[in-house]
Amino acid sequence: MTYIPNTPEDQQAMLERIGLSSFEELLAPVPEEVRLRRPLELPPALPEPDLKRLLNHMASKNKNLDATISFLGAGTYDHAIPSVVPHLQRRSEFVTSYTPYQPEVSQGMLQAIYEFQTMICQITGLDIANASLYDGATALIEAVLLAVGPGGRGEVVISQGVDPQYRRVLHTYAHARGFSVKEVPIRDGVTSAEDLDQAVSATTAAVVIQQPNFFGSIEDMNAIEPIAHKGKAVFITNITEPASLGILAPPGDYGADIAVGEIMSFGNTMSYGGPALGFMSARSKYMRLMPGRLVGQTVEESGSKQTGYVLTLQTREQHIRRERATSNICTNQSLLAVGATIYMAALGKQGFRELGELCLQKAHYAFRQITALHGYKAAFSSPFFDEFVIEVPVSTQALQQHFEQAGIIGGYPLGENYPGMERCMLFCVTETRTKQDIDYLVGVLKEV
Amino acid sequence: MSVEKLIFEKGAPGRRAATMAAMDVPTEPEESMIPAWMLRKEPAALPEVSEIEVVRHYTHLSQRNFGVDTGFYPLGSCTMKYNPKLNEDMAVLPGFARIHPLQPESTAQGAIQLFYELERYLAEIAGMARITLQPSAGAHGELTGLMLIKAYHESQGQGHRNLVLIPDNAHGTNPASATLADYKSVEVKTDPATGGIEIDHLKALLESNAANIAAIMMTNPNTLGLFDSKVLEIARLVHEAGGQLYYDGANANAVLGITRPGDMGFDVVHFNLHKTCSTPHGGGGPGAGPIGVKEHLVSFLPGPLPAKGDQGYYWQDPGPQSIGKVRANTGNFGVLVRAYTYIRTYGPDGLLHVSQSAILNANYLKHELASDYTIAYPQTCQHEFVATAERQKEESGVTALDVAKRLLDFGMYAPTIYFPLIVHEALMIEPTETETRETLDYFVSVMQQIAEEAHTDPEIVKMAPHNTVVGRLDQALAARKPNLRWTPGQEVTH
Amino acid sequence: MASLNHPADLKYSKTDEWVRVQGDRATIGITDYAQDQLGDIVYIELPWDAAQGVSHEAKFGDIESVKATSELISPVSGEVVKVNEELRDRPELINENPYEDGWMLVVEISNPAELDNLMTADEYEAYLQGR
Repeated sequence: MTYIPNTPEDQQAMLERIGLSSFEELLAPVPEEVRLRRPLELPPALPEPDLKRLLNHMASKNKNLDATISFLGAGTYDHAIPSVVPHLQRRSEFVTSYTPYQPEVSQGMLQAIYEFQTMICQITGLDIANASLYDGATALIEAVLLAVGPGGRGEVVISQGVDPQYRRVLHTYAHARGFSVKEVPIRDGVTSAEDLDQAVSATTAAVVIQQPNFFGSIEDMNAIEPIAHKGKAVFITNITEPASLGILAPPGDYGADIAVGEIMSFGNTMSYGGPALGFMSARSKYMRLMPGRLVGQTVEESGSKQTGYVLTLQTREQHIRRERATSNICTNQSLLAVGATIYMAALGKQGFRELGELCLQKAHYAFRQITALHGYKAAFSSPFFDEFVIEVPVSTQALQQHFEQAGIIGGYPLGENYPGMERCMLFCVTETRTKQDIDYLVGVLKEV
Repeated sequence: MSVEKLIFEKGAPGRRAATMAAMDVPTEPEESMIPAWMLRKEPAALPEVSEIEVVRHYTHLSQRNFGVDTGFYPLGSCTMKYNPKLNEDMAVLPGFARIHPLQPESTAQGAIQLFYELERYLAEIAGMARITLQPSAGAHGELTGLMLIKAYHESQGQGHRNLVLIPDNAHGTNPASATLADYKSVEVKTDPATGGIEIDHLKALLESNAANIAAIMMTNPNTLGLFDSKVLEIARLVHEAGGQLYYDGANANAVLGITRPGDMGFDVVHFNLHKTCSTPHGGGGPGAGPIGVKEHLVSFLPGPLPAKGDQGYYWQDPGPQSIGKVRANTGNFGVLVRAYTYIRTYGPDGLLHVSQSAILNANYLKHELASDYTIAYPQTCQHEFVATAERQKEESGVTALDVAKRLLDFGMYAPTIYFPLIVHEALMIEPTETETRETLDYFVSVMQQIAEEAHTDPEIVKMAPHNTVVGRLDQALAARKPNLRWTPGQEVTH
Repeated sequence: MASLNHPADLKYSKTDEWVRVQGDRATIGITDYAQDQLGDIVYIELPWDAAQGVSHEAKFGDIESVKATSELISPVSGEVVKVNEELRDRPELINENPYEDGWMLVVEISNPAELDNLMTADEYEAYLQGR
């Protein structure tokens, strides 16, 4: 039946071979009191053509980004995926493979991940990177857990410029694990250096700043880094828009100890926010503390000097450290990491730079056009990359209704997450927006 | 076939593959928009390769990789079943793949509907009141489940409960997850005769620690592939002591339509959709680890949760008791689409047949291998069983690792080795329901050949694999002198 | 067990460390059984800046092999006077020669009575049989 290849006849023969006559006999160890003696209450099986129709119908109830224009960023960024990426990423030897614990038959995946690790270092300017983590938020958590150390106690100072969802996740983990979190406010769109200085003490375990921050603003890392490092804190930078690394100084240059973030937008479908692709890169001194999987280069045992790749430093991982682990992560986002690797290879040195330029220029063009409109003004004066906040003349709900009527998806309303910003909207413009798209948005805003 | 060079060793300056969109807006100098000292000085040194070089490179890498589509994967506790192509096609429909998590709910009705329906299907399969689809993977789900238990105890004034009982044959993620929830793990012995939890030891632990027991984490069937028929008694004992029961769903492929963790007395359940629901392993991820809970834990679930109202589907904020969020956005939607499609493909009768067939295939292999390999627990197994290379080790020093490596020469993957820890030279075998009888017979014949080789020519097993692109690799060197990234000028021998 | 070596002139702890006593100094390492159980040792964490104290039955370091990780437990209390720097780059010395090149610390003993808690080579081997 469906993907079960053995027929009832095959299965009967197998039962007989092992001296049984029915499936029931195999279930003898299961006590009657726990046996489900009714069919599961689920919809009946559907053959493939019917299921396709059903799912296509369900999918059509979603407005997809190919059929509309969107100015949403807020942690999830639309970057065009070159056709080579899915053609290679979806090869079934990658898709249907298991974690490469038997390296001799997994050199393809292992090498691809080694390349991913290398590329993450190349774009962040740090020394080492792992094979990826579940998503940006949990990557941030992992960095914080590393900084806090075994025992799980300590204080984490985090800017309110960090994505609100990530902060909510941090609070959830802090409560469970036992460390504390102190938030630092934003002034004029960026982390207040004075408030940060007040918050960070000699015993702070970690300082977390997002670059660019949730508002799209570029943080002044030259002012922040010395504050973050005045004690023993680990300086963690969070990056949700990796295209910014084509234009902005990378973490390695501004003194971050660990860089984490979300890089799903490189080569992978957005898919309503998941599966995602968290990354972590760090200075080499953190190597033996890095959570997650690591791929290393080595040679054959035989002495042949033939290069090969293996999962290494596995004693950090849960399956060996068990209760002494500082992380419980088992899965990495391998297939998405392969997608990001192929994407970065396809863009290459020049393309990555160009991606940043396009996002920067298009966003600034949109900014200039929008702020020239009567009733719309920039919320902040701080520099930005491809996202910016606009104070709008009507409620954001009303604005969203206009967008719906105009058939587009506008920006992100900030009121829900930032009290006092109910008339503020976060607009993102990536390389996927044409001048025409931007002018159309401006037209819609003008009519309000 | 040889090992491929790295992408960084290919290409030439000036080459590129992808072309970007046009710069169709008027531009301004970068320094007018961003202070010069915030700008990147040197472009990132990514490769410079043409499209054909990219295509050949990653195609070659894929050819040096083994997947379920290539051959048999008898990996115990991993449920490496066939990954249906229909599921792949559905996941990449633009209406599912090209949607933003924060777009207005009115424009994402199909997505929220899928969450809503899948939650209900999994709740029914698990015998639970409510599901959250947030966790990204099994271990993530475990931690979420423990956080829920912790929140529950705190709400009952029992926040001092800090111990989690874990059987000695459990997967390593269990004690690691416990630590992250600030719990202390206490090992419960398993009965050597049955592989099940030793009730007397459990009773002793519960008695001496009654006030502090937060939970027990276990799976049923256990990691030996055996159904612990005392599960109701275990549930009663733990509940009486004030603890909660957590079900590790790694072995759920054995119970679909047969029994449900909720009916066994469990309070919290996690599923591994990349195991039970056929979503592909992707070389290590992505997965998804939904959590199911009984009614008394529902108010602690992370949010938001999908809801259905008069205006359609929407995301409902969780109440004040919610633990918060365990990841950004609402779940691994791309994986959930695949799992949803899978469940709708099989329906209730089909899922029952999945488990029945998985159990039959495992018992069949156990029977066929018994003459050549010591079977650790010869009684009827569920969807997996543990064989050992003990006999081989004693006779000629051939270990489970050697047997595993030799299997690779025959176009199959190895079983799980050295797990569970309590069995020496363990080979944990889980065929799943999607293998033909012929494949199972072929696996048996190869295992028999290896057993014979261990007898007559052990070196061929100890030095395996011989037919793969590389032989055994120096793990010690990789760990002593870690080389985790390519650097320019690095000497790579090929 | 026949192939493993536990020299008669040393003392042994239940956590698989050995002690060579010379006057008021003790040299400490891990036993042949321990290195065999661990497999290829890849990394060791020791109190590299000596001038630290160690305590009886307290952790003094961590050791990592390809397949396992373990804490190192001091059999005695005292002050660390020497640490084997060779092990930083060549932890495999512990596998090759656990009693000579693989020595880890030299400690000035503060409480000689603690030595009475340790086992002789015969007692240690009997202890291993029982495990």
